[in-house]
Amino acid sequence: MRDTFISALTSIAAQDERVVLITGDLGFKVFDYFREKHADQFINAGIAEQSMAGIATGMALEGYTVFLYSIANFTFMRCLEQLRNDAAYHECNINVVSVGGGFSYGQLGMSHHATEDLAIMRCMPTSVVASPSELWEVTELTRVMYQSKGLSYLRLDKSHFDSEKNQIEEHLTFGSPRVIRDGCDVTLVATGGIVSEVIEAADALLNKGISACVISAPFIKPIDISVISSSAKKTGALFTIEEHSVLGGLGSVVAEELMENGSAPDFFRRIGLREKFTSVVGDQRYLRHTYGMSAKNIVAQVCDQLMLKRQKKAA
Amino acid sequence: MDSTNSDFPDLQELAKNIRLHVLQMTSNGGSSHIGSAFSMADMIAVLYGNILRMDPTNPDCADRDRFILSKGHAGAAVYAALAEKGFFDKDWLQTHYQNGSKLSGHISHKGIPGVEMSTGSLGHGLPVATGMAIVAKKRKQQHRIFVLLGDGECDEGSNWEAALFAAHHKLSNLTVLIDYNKLQSLDSIEQTLALEPLADKWHSFGWEVEEVDGHDISSLQHTLSTSSLGQKPQCLICHTVKGKGVSFMENSVLWHYRTARGEEYRAALEELTRAA
Repeated sequence: MRDTFISALTSIAAQDERVVLITGDLGFKVFDYFREKHADQFINAGIAEQSMAGIATGMALEGYTVFLYSIANFTFMRCLEQLRNDAAYHECNINVVSVGGGFSYGQLGMSHHATEDLAIMRCMPTSVVASPSELWEVTELTRVMYQSKGLSYLRLDKSHFDSEKNQIEEHLTFGSPRVIRDGCDVTLVATGGIVSEVIEAADALLNKGISACVISAPFIKPIDISVISSSAKKTGALFTIEEHSVLGGLGSVVAEELMENGSAPDFFRRIGLREKFTSVVGDQRYLRHTYGMSAKNIVAQVCDQLMLKRQKKAA
Repeated sequence: MDSTNSDFPDLQELAKNIRLHVLQMTSNGGSSHIGSAFSMADMIAVLYGNILRMDPTNPDCADRDRFILSKGHAGAAVYAALAEKGFFDKDWLQTHYQNGSKLSGHISHKGIPGVEMSTGSLGHGLPVATGMAIVAKKRKQQHRIFVLLGDGECDEGSNWEAALFAAHHKLSNLTVLIDYNKLQSLDSIEQTLALEPLADKWHSFGWEVEEVDGHDISSLQHTLSTSSLGQKPQCLICHTVKGKGVSFMENSVLWHYRTARGEEYRAALEELTRAA
């Protein structure tokens, strides 16, 4: 996803000299091509995220469109107040790009696990928050962020789902989730690279005779809830899956929207990191399984729920 | 006031009016930070009176000088200066701190002509000013960027991050003014987090540093009218007195938060009105 983003941004920068990429001293070798093409549109702000976000605001106030780049939590957590008071309040076109969503940097430890980013960035008034699952979505979202006026957040994952569809055939609609597999027994809504686990789970469920509708949500904010609402109404069971805390992220967004619309499903469960810090080290797939969000975990939870539903019906 | 200030009667008058407005605004609103506003009133008068190239009839014009008040809690003084210079009607000042007002206790840019940036949380102004300065340098624009910091605000690490950046990128179009009144919120600078040697600190960060009496209008005028001669950003350490202009407020940490009312208000008004 990272290389796809840089490639997309390099093309945009070629068309608009007011686009600038600022990194907090991370991305070794990643920017070589961008710098070669657009040396004057690249700044390394050093290991100084507060200053980086402030400088971004100053440049945006002078008419620049700024992409801030770093890994995991570094792009937004240390400098959150600068993003709130300076970037967002001053209506700057600042696009925060975090490489390493969820457990992408699993082996590096808790400091590098980005598991609250969606919740935090979603709280910012007027922000756009995106979490792509496929590479072509990264390309489209980079352009969406460039074109949107205020503060945006783009979460890039190490893993991605590959639907084998090319971007010419499919386009994102701003704020809309996408049904990537239809089904009638259960609805699985996910965001980011973990969509690949969900598809794997849906395949396994199909072998057990359970038909799962899989919906990918590349936008956390804004989000058009109608697609999710319709599917959940049909299946009666809705699971959200995210490589993120269950507090404030995709599961919370979906619950809030459905409740406010009066369309709460019969059953709803958030699959994600339950309220604790990670303390185990491992690669992304290992940690997904350890913290209850792997394909196997999803299958187990769905089967438990559907069995319960059948027992209730029988009783 | 210093005798040299009489050489600049207009600026002296502007400083006096800023203090009178601030006294009334903070008293009406029951708001605080009068001591912080008074300590920088002469600096603000020189900036708005004679240094900043700004046009009240076209406050957003591209070649204006940029000024950011990073110690946003003293915003009443800037509102007063803007009203005095005709950016908006002086009647607006009566709404300061009142229900439904645009003029918040910490300076706001929303709907207020002439204010470049809203601040209030300390340590935000210099990084933003640095971003503005690097753009002006890239575009080879001639305007200057000024940012005024409190001395206590120098505790914030973000300032030093930006100070490294500005020196590294040779942003000679950027000038920092420090309102060095030696007092912060609860105690003296010395008793809280000692800053000395402050000039050496900025110098070692790669800045051109000058120290002036922050109430000496003539010195301020002289120092601020010349931009950096070399390739370094400028830091002007302005030695000031917190609460300057009202004897019982001067050098007292009490007047960081206290509001002048009743007899205190009348005494302050009389002292400020009597001043040359």
